[in-house]
Amino acid sequence: MVISTLDIKAIREDFPILNREVNGKPLVYFDNAATSQTPKQVIDAIVDYYENYNANIHRGVHALSQEATDKYEIARQKIQKHFNAKNSYEIIFTSGTTHGINLVASGFTSLLEKGDEIIVSAMEHHSNIVPWQMLCERTGAVLKVIPMNQQGELLMEKFSEILSPKTKLVFCNHVSNALGTINPIEKIIDMAHGVGAAVLIDGAQAAPHIKADVQALDVDFYVVSAHKMCGPTGVGMLYGKEEWLNKLPPYQGGGEMIAEVTFEKTTYAELPHKFEAGTPNICGGIAFGAALDYMNNIGFANIVEYEHELLEYATQELLKIEGLKIYGTAAHKTAVISFNIEGVHPYDVGTILDKLGIAVRTGHHCTQPIMDFYGIPGTVRASFSFYNTKEEIDVLVAGVERAKNMLV
Amino acid sequence: MKIKEIQEEIVDEFSMFDDWMQRYEYMIELGKSLPMIDEEYKTDDNIIKGCQSKVWVHAELDGDKLVFTADSDAIITKGIIAILIRAFSNQKPQDIIDADTDFIDEIGLKEHLSPTRANGLVSMIKQLKLYAIAYQTQLKN
Repeated sequence: MVISTLDIKAIREDFPILNREVNGKPLVYFDNAATSQTPKQVIDAIVDYYENYNANIHRGVHALSQEATDKYEIARQKIQKHFNAKNSYEIIFTSGTTHGINLVASGFTSLLEKGDEIIVSAMEHHSNIVPWQMLCERTGAVLKVIPMNQQGELLMEKFSEILSPKTKLVFCNHVSNALGTINPIEKIIDMAHGVGAAVLIDGAQAAPHIKADVQALDVDFYVVSAHKMCGPTGVGMLYGKEEWLNKLPPYQGGGEMIAEVTFEKTTYAELPHKFEAGTPNICGGIAFGAALDYMNNIGFANIVEYEHELLEYATQELLKIEGLKIYGTAAHKTAVISFNIEGVHPYDVGTILDKLGIAVRTGHHCTQPIMDFYGIPGTVRASFSFYNTKEEIDVLVAGVERAKNMLV
Repeated sequence: MKIKEIQEEIVDEFSMFDDWMQRYEYMIELGKSLPMIDEEYKTDDNIIKGCQSKVWVHAELDGDKLVFTADSDAIITKGIIAILIRAFSNQKPQDIIDADTDFIDEIGLKEHLSPTRANGLVSMIKQLKLYAIAYQTQLKN
């Protein structure tokens, strides 16, 4: 086994919350796929903003406004650089992944016709299903689904069967939130482009682990949330290719997004402002930039290597528990383990683990179609981050054993 | 016995437990005891939706008293249901309407009745009260 080069002890000191106790026990935080914790470097950026240069951006002549605008735009450039977008104006600040998806879905209303087809994968989060269903209702387009196998891998040959010149859009997550599967998005993008369809990739679960290169991927839209990658909640980004962003109409009307307004006609602002109506989450955007700095400083290669070590260790240790079944055993997956104990409801397991200070997610993880596929009400999901340790995994395994002894 | 008296009795029982483990073990024990609802009433109509654990509630009048049966697919939720049913079932609708659930706090299970907890219990209590209101109206007529 590879011994990671990261100094986890030092990294953990960056995260004040990891020192707290829950129910009298040291916190073991394994709900990273829902929200990652925030290092003090990001918290400092937030405090610095409110203590030193809080002001509205893009319109003030005064110093504070100028400083805030500069920092906000620098953050946009950091995001551009991180995801290797060609232009910074192809980066749209959003309130998060869901916002980004809805913005694109709304924009496509005027670009689709009755009978057009939209394809989503079987392992999408509800936020990447419902907006498209709503879009289908508005336009008369038809929703088709790429099925998956028992391991939680997409059936690419089925994808190729449902793909046709009628396909206008394909949506897929880069990594499944419920199963951790890393989907073959390069192939999906390539095949979709082959029939002239646009592709939106939901990168919410991938972004904390994989540095996506949107130009190399040749993806049309890529969406993420900052709060899953050490940033604050309520901010995220939509990457869109310039040509697509120009084709889409504005999502919301308001200040910031206009060039000229009269009661007769409004002309819209240039990218990216056309999609950024109203005062944005300025502090959030700047903190998002600080979060990317933090993660890049640690290095994604190091993060991936260490998290994989955690995944392998946790998988091996959890499987020693009799009656424990892991859902999602794809060959390529991130550090997420969805599991159940035979005959035990995941909610009960989660409740006992909480009493032991262990934070996991239980339920259907906003992926009811996946749960229906496996015929289960939900799972217990432990998701790991680079600041977690093998000792914490030992605590989880002991906790699951204890829960099992109480519940079975 | 009146609802308040039953609740005091439950609080008494729980006061014997020293820590959360014992409380939970007792609840799990309660949850594992006999089914609390006839299978025929475990219908979609009786299910409280939108929660991680499913909760079914059925109500019927026995004379001037309302009898509840309920169930859940999660055992801890079921244990708390057993406690709630013990307190609220076989009581007059008006008494059910007037009763509170503060005793749950006293026995250290408050977190389970938090409105943000997705276990169906809050909706279940609401449902019990709604049944009581409906049957109270029926009794008056």
